Amino acid sequence: MNVPEQLRYTASHEWVRQESDGTVSVGITDHAQSALGDLVYIELPAVGRTVAAGEACAVVESVKAASDLYAPLAGEVVAVNDALPGAPEQANQDAYAAWFFRLEPSEPGAIAKLLDAAAYAASIGDA
Amino acid sequence: MLKQTPLHAVHRAAGARMVDFGGWDMPVHYGSQIDEHHAVRNDAGMFDVSHMRVADLTGAGARDFLRYALANNVDKLKAPGRALYSCLLRPEGTVLDDLIVYFLREDLFRLVVNAGTADKDIAWLRGLLAERASKLVLTPRTDLAMIAVQGPNARTKLWQALPGSEAASAALKPFSAAGIPGATGEVFIARTGYTGEDGFEVMLPAGQAPDLWHSLAAAGVRPAGLGARDTLRLEAGMNLYGQDMDESVTPLESGLAWTVDLASARDFVGKAALETLKPARQLIGLLLTDAGGVLRAHQKVRTAVGEGEITSGTFSPTLGRSIALARLPAEVATGDVVRVAIRERELCARVVKPPFARNGKALVT
Repeated sequence: MNVPEQLRYTASHEWVRQESDGTVSVGITDHAQSALGDLVYIELPAVGRTVAAGEACAVVESVKAASDLYAPLAGEVVAVNDALPGAPEQANQDAYAAWFFRLEPSEPGAIAKLLDAAAYAASIGDA
Repeated sequence: MLKQTPLHAVHRAAGARMVDFGGWDMPVHYGSQIDEHHAVRNDAGMFDVSHMRVADLTGAGARDFLRYALANNVDKLKAPGRALYSCLLRPEGTVLDDLIVYFLREDLFRLVVNAGTADKDIAWLRGLLAERASKLVLTPRTDLAMIAVQGPNARTKLWQALPGSEAASAALKPFSAAGIPGATGEVFIARTGYTGEDGFEVMLPAGQAPDLWHSLAAAGVRPAGLGARDTLRLEAGMNLYGQDMDESVTPLESGLAWTVDLASARDFVGKAALETLKPARQLIGLLLTDAGGVLRAHQKVRTAVGEGEITSGTFSPTLGRSIALARLPAEVATGDVVRVAIRERELCARVVKPPFARNGKALVT
């Protein structure tokens, strides 16, 4: 399973990327897209919404099942990937390119508390 | 420990994602269930359905017993090889299982029942035989595997893959079956399926299943998992036992009144209960017209005349929209708009008469 070294992860299968402007991008991992199967519906949060760490803030539905996507960090949603709801299969094809939303973290540096690639790989039995 | 079909190692080697289905370790897909779905609608796909149970009923008077045991009337089966879909009912008229019965000879009928209910069904039928002090013998054929080859090109591709199959099956009408004379072991080809497409279900000795699977793949038949099987059968408007119906509902509340023969004089298990019943509910189709999610089993449905519930729901790859089967008050009519609770919202759906798609084409818009 593809677990890029430079990203951070949550136990609930989100990936988190530090951007140069201080925001973080969030998506679902390759493991998550593979487990869900073909994605057919994605719902994104409203820009400007304030979320707590662990709060459900987006929805992914595959042919098989519906699943929530959780905010990995507390913060404000500053952007969403508008192209994704019209083409949810992008998250199957390249999970790490298909970002869902960007957060302005309320606590700078909070990303360091998330799982690193090795720890996430171990958590999915792929170490 | 999950049970394994004779094709288990083949699925593993193909990289299938496996799931527990009724106690069997089965492939849900081999990569993309949507691609597998389209392959069946537009070309040819194959399913390992060896987990389903074949059982042969042998002895004099087999037809007479089935006339009593099944809700549909086996007297409709006049020519050898003909098949019939039927429910197996409890005395109170609710559904024990659904099955296909093949008339082979007056002293040999073949039943194919669902995997999860197979042991219950066999025990039930043997109980009925014992009640009647019957000398008929019901033999589960766990020595057989079953491969469903489905799609508009399924028949010609099977003929390429299996020597002798064309001569044996080219003349078969839908819902009929034949053996391959002189085949090594017993090979049985039925023009039946669970996808709404043309095709065959092939029953053969378990040891021959991997070779046939590989020959079919070489002929261009795409392996398809239970995921695609579910979206295909739902588009085709076919019930899944345990989800759309079970021992708590009757066939009259399950879209299956057409399979219950109440007109003939014969008696059958469940008949008396169904004769006095006026069904308050019906099983009917829904097409989601709002954006906002996917219809799923157990979602609540609000109608102008009362509440109901979705029994099976999915995203339809053929329609590109979400569809469902729902059990709703009997007064709800085709064309009505109902509301389905999805997460914190209520979304509009239109009541439609299944099937949603068959033979490569969408049937609702």
